[in-house]
Amino acid sequence: MTISNSDIYKIAAHHRFQWEKAQDCYVILFPEGMVKLNGSAGEVLKLVDGKNSVKAIVDLLKNQFPDVKDIEKDILAMIDFALGKAWIEQVN
Amino acid sequence: MAQQNNGVDSTITNKRPLWLLAEITYRCPLHCAFCYNPTDYANHTKNELDTQSWIKVLNQARDLGALQLGISGGEPLLRDDIEIIVEEAHQLGYYSNLITSGVGLTDKRIDAFKKGGLDHIQLSMHDITEEISNFVTDTKTFKLKQKVAAMIKDRGYPMVLNVVIHRYNIDHIQEILEMAEKLGADYVELANTQYYGWSLLNRNQLMPTKEQVDKAEEVTNRFRDRVGNKMKVFFVVPDYFANRPKKCMNGWGEVFMIVTADGDVLPCHSARVLPNMKFPNVKDSELGFAWYESPAFNKYRGDSWMKEPCRTCPEKENDLGGCRCQAFLISGDAEGADPVCDKSPGRPLIEKAIVDAQKGELQAQPIVFRTDKNSNRVIEGEEKERLEDFHALP
Repeated sequence: MTISNSDIYKIAAHHRFQWEKAQDCYVILFPEGMVKLNGSAGEVLKLVDGKNSVKAIVDLLKNQFPDVKDIEKDILAMIDFALGKAWIEQVN
Repeated sequence: MAQQNNGVDSTITNKRPLWLLAEITYRCPLHCAFCYNPTDYANHTKNELDTQSWIKVLNQARDLGALQLGISGGEPLLRDDIEIIVEEAHQLGYYSNLITSGVGLTDKRIDAFKKGGLDHIQLSMHDITEEISNFVTDTKTFKLKQKVAAMIKDRGYPMVLNVVIHRYNIDHIQEILEMAEKLGADYVELANTQYYGWSLLNRNQLMPTKEQVDKAEEVTNRFRDRVGNKMKVFFVVPDYFANRPKKCMNGWGEVFMIVTADGDVLPCHSARVLPNMKFPNVKDSELGFAWYESPAFNKYRGDSWMKEPCRTCPEKENDLGGCRCQAFLISGDAEGADPVCDKSPGRPLIEKAIVDAQKGELQAQPIVFRTDKNSNRVIEGEEKERLEDFHALP
């Protein structure tokens, strides 16, 4: 799947994304399952809200983590992975 | 503080429960021959927890970290407080699931569930034929289930179908999957019968042949290839036909916690069949104590309880010795290897069960349906001979 800068994604229907204090991580919940997300996956998906474009997400995270090299590549890989898992869906 | 419980250090687990299953009532309008509920369930229908107790349970389990909530039974819709429970669960941040036969689901109730924040509904289906669906549930519910499926879809819920597979429907898997597709199912679980409770009592009447299971899996795989991501199909492999046991509940006291209708806190659905166990009850224990400190939850954590061949088995981490209940029910030894494992000295008992299930005279025995009357008969010891024959003494 090709992801372009103007794409906008949201958490897929029947899925819920939330912070879990007890587990100290973000999770995705869906029928019959759940996934605990690592720190960087959580930071990316937090911004996948049906409003931010891919470019906006990249810019926001670049700002937030200026020292991380190749952050754009990692973000796009994470979005691609989440799409493959059907955790997120495109809105535009 | 580390406490010694049955020789197991309670600090052995730093795991938190992720799944809470609320078996909220054992009353049920269906009488399914394959039900895993305890055969003595009639003993547990009189002291059901009240609404406030369930709210306390939800709060305590959420504090421990539980995220996924299953509201099950019996038939949960026989209680009139599910709306309140659903709303509380949503406010606490659970992802909640109503596990139902569909009997008792009205427009009014499903609207209240939607409004209260119920996340999904898992509907049981039995067959494509009205005849078999009605036969195996011992009720006339086939048409109602079709109607309920439409209601679920109409409210924008994901459609999650659970189909328990047994001798009477295993050759219809293709048609069952096509029906699910037509209904717009998002998830379909083909759950091959596991033999506990009522299904163990009816094992000779329910177990398919190895050839039927292989064919069913092949049909499922082909269907999956065709529909792709559109519909997720799970095929739960029947462990009798495997040579390694299942990692039961993903490990005893690792991620699952069950609270029964009368408040017992269990690490798995059928744990009460195990001998010499005292399970905590929410009427006198906090769930934090039950999970971390109770002797019952610590009993089969880790591997220090294991005997040979499990103790030194290089594969022990894969399955943790299998299912304690199955080990006890089939071989009479709760600490032994799950007899499904071909390294277990109990494996011949499984082979015998497979052969027995194809014997005409055993197949011809009447099915014992899950009814109050039959449950009371089991409690009074009337099915003792049949249970003894399975080495399945309660």
